[in-house]
Amino acid sequence: MRTFVLRRMLEAIPVLFGVSALTFLLLQLAPGDFLDAFAENPSVSAAQLDQMSRNFGLDRPWAVQYALYVKNVLLHLDFGQSFSYHQPVFRVLWHGMGNTLLLAIAGACVTWGLALPLGLLAAARRGTWVDRVLSIGSFALLSLPEVLSGLLLLLFAFRTGWFPIGGMHDLDHDRMAFVPRVFDTLRHLVLPALVVGLVPLAARMRQMRSSVLDVLRLDWVTTARAKGLSERDVLVRHVLPNALNPLITLFGFTLGSLLSGAFVAEAVFAWPGLGSLTLEAIQRQDQYLVLGAVLMASAMLVAGNLVADLLLAFADPRVRHD
Amino acid sequence: MTDGVATTAGLSPAGRAWRALRANRAGSVAGTVLLVLYALAALAPFLAPYDEGDMDRLRFFHPSMPVHAGGWVEVTRPAAGAVNAYETVPGARAPLRWFVKGAPWKLLGLVPSDRHLFGVDAPARVYLFGADAMGRDVFSRLLYGAQVSLTVGLVGILISFTLGLLLGGLAGYLGGWVDTLVMRSAEVFLSIPALYLIVALRAAFPAHLSSRQVYVAIVVVLAFVGWASLARVIRGMVLSIRRAEYVLAAEALGMSRARVLVRHILPNTASFVIVAATVAVPGYILGEVFLSFLGMGVQEPAASWGNMLGAARSVSVLRDHPWLLFAPGAAIFVTVMTFHVFGDALRDALDPRQESGGRP
Repeated sequence: MRTFVLRRMLEAIPVLFGVSALTFLLLQLAPGDFLDAFAENPSVSAAQLDQMSRNFGLDRPWAVQYALYVKNVLLHLDFGQSFSYHQPVFRVLWHGMGNTLLLAIAGACVTWGLALPLGLLAAARRGTWVDRVLSIGSFALLSLPEVLSGLLLLLFAFRTGWFPIGGMHDLDHDRMAFVPRVFDTLRHLVLPALVVGLVPLAARMRQMRSSVLDVLRLDWVTTARAKGLSERDVLVRHVLPNALNPLITLFGFTLGSLLSGAFVAEAVFAWPGLGSLTLEAIQRQDQYLVLGAVLMASAMLVAGNLVADLLLAFADPRVRHD
Repeated sequence: MTDGVATTAGLSPAGRAWRALRANRAGSVAGTVLLVLYALAALAPFLAPYDEGDMDRLRFFHPSMPVHAGGWVEVTRPAAGAVNAYETVPGARAPLRWFVKGAPWKLLGLVPSDRHLFGVDAPARVYLFGADAMGRDVFSRLLYGAQVSLTVGLVGILISFTLGLLLGGLAGYLGGWVDTLVMRSAEVFLSIPALYLIVALRAAFPAHLSSRQVYVAIVVVLAFVGWASLARVIRGMVLSIRRAEYVLAAEALGMSRARVLVRHILPNTASFVIVAATVAVPGYILGEVFLSFLGMGVQEPAASWGNMLGAARSVSVLRDHPWLLFAPGAAIFVTVMTFHVFGDALRDALDPRQESGGRP
């Protein structure tokens, strides 16, 4: 098991290398650089521009810039300086990553918290109107992209006034005691988390439904019923644990769609996460900040896939021996 | 089941799939709706009473107008003492006229005309779905926007699936360093969350482009995002197909490897590819919507469903003029839903075993 984990982690390194090279290349293809905004400013002289260009290393050929970047990352874990924040990239991104992770996890809670009971219900009431309503509802959700559900929830927040319409904290957040502070963040989290969680809900619910139906067909379910267990006990004590097995592995693999969903939710609700930082950095051509942000997002995705593989290996010993 | 086999026995695989698709009621309806949507987009300049950039400086944020029985709409004027509020002129009616003369346009960029399906006599104006912040007709912009939003996905998918098919096919068939190179690159592309990749790819193009250049840029971006997941699946399929006896036979007959790949191996992935492409189209459409929503895609005054949604983002619009959100929102919802239903039906008809499609 340990060699399996180690091998998978080593395999992730060249991939992240590739991600950084690809992103760097794209940024080089983009016309202009961070200094363009200063070049248009008449109060900044040409000499100052040259000086800044040298400070940021923008005067060197891009291959040299990239080589230096890689060297600094590998030797010092230094992801460069953000031009616009005048801070190390890692420090700027740290909070954004935490916020995005919080949003993604909350979204996953929405998805799974709803998908499991609803999928079980749909399977248990197969063919009845409950099943049909759930199936139509999930189809409608599937067709409601994050941008749209985000704006509709924004409209809802605006009309009812029940939820804040953006951001992560109220203005007086820092002066609150611990409990109201947590409550404040949660209140801001509800709608973005719904945006992230609702789209994957449809697919997960369908998978849960078919997984439960697969188990219901098995002989020992009939045995459990025959020995006089109530339908409720059969479902909750016998069917549910077995139906969950194939879904466990899906848990990690959905991280990619969660991160993309979080990107949209962050844009609509001004949630200060990795996506918002990426957009801002791209608009300002803050080279190393973009690079760092894309790298962090990819690292989170790769880590998620690794966890998914581990869960799979945990659930199914055959995987470990390939 | 046996009846079905008996009646379709003489048909080609495509003919059998067509019959299965026709028998699926939801699929037939969805297919028809899609045809109608694309016809609406193609005929946009004729069906739209106004040009997409045509501004009415007297009526910003005009609410939608109901069409009364007998085919007329009310005539409105700005209400005295209020901003962006309108009152009907008592007793005045603007009858809808058919095939009126208006702004000149060209059908599919070729056939010139200046007739529009309907309109009202100036200075009155007809706003079926209301007007936006610039006094532009939302109904017209929805139709023009469909031209971008509906086709960008199709063109993008055409390119990315061709790429994915070829690269995946080569990787699976040739193996060796080609396989390593293609699959490692695919892995890199798959390791970046889709929207991060889309935004980073868009950043490689200049920020300000003409509407035609933006179109090309978006297509290229979407094509780069989608190829990797398809290439991976195709490689797997090719790996198993290339050991089939008819492939070995073709090779033994001295057929070139390129010919074997294109004529004998790739066609066997067709049903998978067609279904995967249909299921993936909504993702591509949403890619454009998201980019334009962020202001990195289609720029005003050109219309796309994405930048129409983007214009509906502000608090004041959501409060006072929600139709600016509902109109493009409904269009996107209906389109995505139709593609999902159609994709499901197509999957049942072509490839019953398949479970899910590709990214993004």
